[in-house]
Amino acid sequence: MNQAIAKAIADEMEADASVILMGEDVAVAEGPFKTSEGLLQRFGPERVRDTPISETGFLGAALGAAMCGLRPVVEIMFIEFLGVALDQLVTEAAMMHYLSGGRYRVPLVVRASVGAGLGFGCQHSQTLERWLVGTPGLKVAVASGARSAYALTRAAIRDDNPVVVLEPRALYGEREDFEPDDPLPELGSAEVRSEGEDVTIVALGQTVNAALRAAEAASCSAQVIDLRTLVPWDRATVLEAVRRTGRLALVEENQRSGGWGADIAAEVSERLFGVLRAPVLRITAPDVPVPFGAELEQRFVPSAAYIADQLGAWMQTGQVPAPWWAVSA
Amino acid sequence: MVGGVGVSALSALERRQQLASGPLARFERMLEIRLVEDRVQELFAQGLVHGTTHTSQGQEAVAVAIAAATRPGDVVACTYRGHGLALALGVRPEALLGEILGRQIGCMGGLGGSMHLSDPDVGLLPTMAIVGAGIPVAAGAGLAAKLRGADGVAVAVFGDGATNIGAFHEGLNLAAIWRLPVVFVCENNLYGEYSRIQLTTPVTDLSVRAQSYAMPAESVDGQLLDEVGAAVERAVRRARSGGGPSFVEAKTYRYAGHSRSDKAAYRPAGELEAWRARDPIALYAEQMRVDGVLGDVEALRAGVRARVEESALTALASPPASPEQMFAHVLASGAGTPVEG
Repeated sequence: MNQAIAKAIADEMEADASVILMGEDVAVAEGPFKTSEGLLQRFGPERVRDTPISETGFLGAALGAAMCGLRPVVEIMFIEFLGVALDQLVTEAAMMHYLSGGRYRVPLVVRASVGAGLGFGCQHSQTLERWLVGTPGLKVAVASGARSAYALTRAAIRDDNPVVVLEPRALYGEREDFEPDDPLPELGSAEVRSEGEDVTIVALGQTVNAALRAAEAASCSAQVIDLRTLVPWDRATVLEAVRRTGRLALVEENQRSGGWGADIAAEVSERLFGVLRAPVLRITAPDVPVPFGAELEQRFVPSAAYIADQLGAWMQTGQVPAPWWAVSA
Repeated sequence: MVGGVGVSALSALERRQQLASGPLARFERMLEIRLVEDRVQELFAQGLVHGTTHTSQGQEAVAVAIAAATRPGDVVACTYRGHGLALALGVRPEALLGEILGRQIGCMGGLGGSMHLSDPDVGLLPTMAIVGAGIPVAAGAGLAAKLRGADGVAVAVFGDGATNIGAFHEGLNLAAIWRLPVVFVCENNLYGEYSRIQLTTPVTDLSVRAQSYAMPAESVDGQLLDEVGAAVERAVRRARSGGGPSFVEAKTYRYAGHSRSDKAAYRPAGELEAWRARDPIALYAEQMRVDGVLGDVEALRAGVRARVEESALTALASPPASPEQMFAHVLASGAGTPVEG
C-alpha cells in the first residue's frame, strides 16, 4: 500500500505543478513508512520538503499555501501527532472557506498513519477519526488497501476542500493489484465489496479485510461495504443496502465510545426502524488504551474470527451479543 | 480625496490605493479607524449587537503603516483585534460594521462577526480568533508566493501574547529555515488578554525572540506611523528581494480593555492617560502640522465622522444574514446541505 500512496502523490504532482508534499522525513528519507519513495529525486526539494518536528508550523503553513494557490499534501507521521496541530485543521482549515464567503478555497490534504497492529504502544496506535468527524468543512477518507489508498489519495488531492486521508499503518506492507487508470471515486461514496442478502456489514480501514473474511466464513449471506469516506458518509448506499437486507453490522477499530459507527447506527435506526429485523450491531474495540503486548493488541482490533462469532450469535438470537470483554470480565 | 467623495463610494481596493496618495490619506484613515471603533462600542452600548468585540483604539498607526507599506496583492494574516487593520487594508466601514452587526452587507455576509473579517481583494485572509494561529499560515502564504515565482509577501500581524504560544515559534522557525518572504509584525500593547506582559513574558523587547531564528528584527515606537512604516517597508523590501523573513515589534497600547466586557481595572493608575498623551493620531497630526501639510483638522474630522455615521446607518439598514447563507459555503463546490440521501 505504501507504494500505491507514493504513486498516487507522484501522479498528481506530475499532473499539477501546484501539488507539493511536506512532512517529517518525507524527502531525503522518503518517508518513515516509505510512502514518498522516489519523490524528492523526481520533483526536487522545492516541492518535496522535509519539515522540522513542528506539526502546528507545517500544517499551518500548508493551510496558508493552500489558500494562496498551492495544493499541499501534508504527512502526519502518526495521527497522534495531529493533536498538537489540531487547531490548524479543525478550527482554521475547516472554516476558511466558510469564513471567506467561499472566496478562499483550501485544497489541502492531510495524510496520517493510523491504527493498531504493529506494537507501537498506546500513543502510536489509535485511529482517532473521532477527533475529526464532527467538523463541518472537512472531509475524511480512510484507506483499506493499496487500491483504495491510491484512488482516495488522488481524489483527495483533486478536491478543493481540506481532506484527511487516514492510512492504516498495518496495511502499508500489504500488496494488492489494481488498475491505476480506473475512474477516481467521488469522496463520499462507499464501495460495495461483496454482495449478500441477510446482513449489511459496514467496515472501514483495516476492518474491511477482516469483515470480508468474516463474511466468507459466516453461515449467513453477508454484504460488505467499505465506507471509504467517513465525512461525508454515503447515506444513500448504506440506507439502500439496509433497506434490502434488514440488518446492519458496523465494524470499527476505534474504542466503542464516540466511535464512528454510533452516528450511522443512530441514523439507520431513526430512518429504517420499521424495516430493521434486528437491532444494529456495533463491533468495536473496548474503551481502553491500545495495549502493547502482541496477543492483547491482536484481540483489541476486531478480528475476522471475532466478527464471525458476533455475527453468528446476533443472527441466531436476534439480540446484540455481549462483546468479548464483557463476557470475559 | 479629503472630504470629497464619500469613502463608501470606493471599492476596498481603491481605498487601499488611496493610502499611497500621501500623509493626509493615512491620517484620515487613522481617524476613520478611531471613529469606527468608537462607533462599534456605541452600537454595543445601545444593545444593537450581540456577542463580543475587541477594539483597537490607540493602535491605529501600526495598522495604517502595514497597509501603506504593502501591496494589495500581498497577503495579511491577522487576529481577532482586526477592525483597524481591515479598514486600513481597505475594507469599507459599512462592510466592517455590517459584519459586526451580523448583516448581509458585512464582509462575510454576517456569518463571521467581529472576530472574522476577510477580503481577498486586498489580501486579507480570514482573521483568526485563536492566538498565534495566523503566524504559520502567513509562512505558508509566503511559501506559495515563493514557489509560484511571484514577488508577493505575506505579513503576519499578532499581539505580544502570541509570542508565548507554540505557533509563533514554529512559524518563525519555518519561515527562517525556508527563507520565506514573510514579515512578522508584533503589536506589543502590553497586555495578553487581561494579563500584563511582565506576568507572562520574561523579556521586554520581543524582537529578541526573533534572534533565535536568525531573523533581522527591530523594535519601534508603535505610536509613530512613519517609524513603523519605515521598519515594515525595510522588512517588506527584504522579503520581496529574496532576503527572507523579518520581525518588527511595534510598541503600542490599546485604550480599551481586552474585549467588550473588560473594564481593564487591572491597569495601573495613570497608565492609560500617559499613553493617551502619545496618541498616534495626535502625534501624526503634529508632524503634519510641522511639515505644513495639515489643513483644517476639525473639518476633516467632521467629514470622516459623517461618513462613518452614514456607513453605520447603511449597515443597520441591511437585513440579517439568511438561513440559506449559513449552508452556502461550508464546503467548496456547493456541497453544503446538512442531510441528504
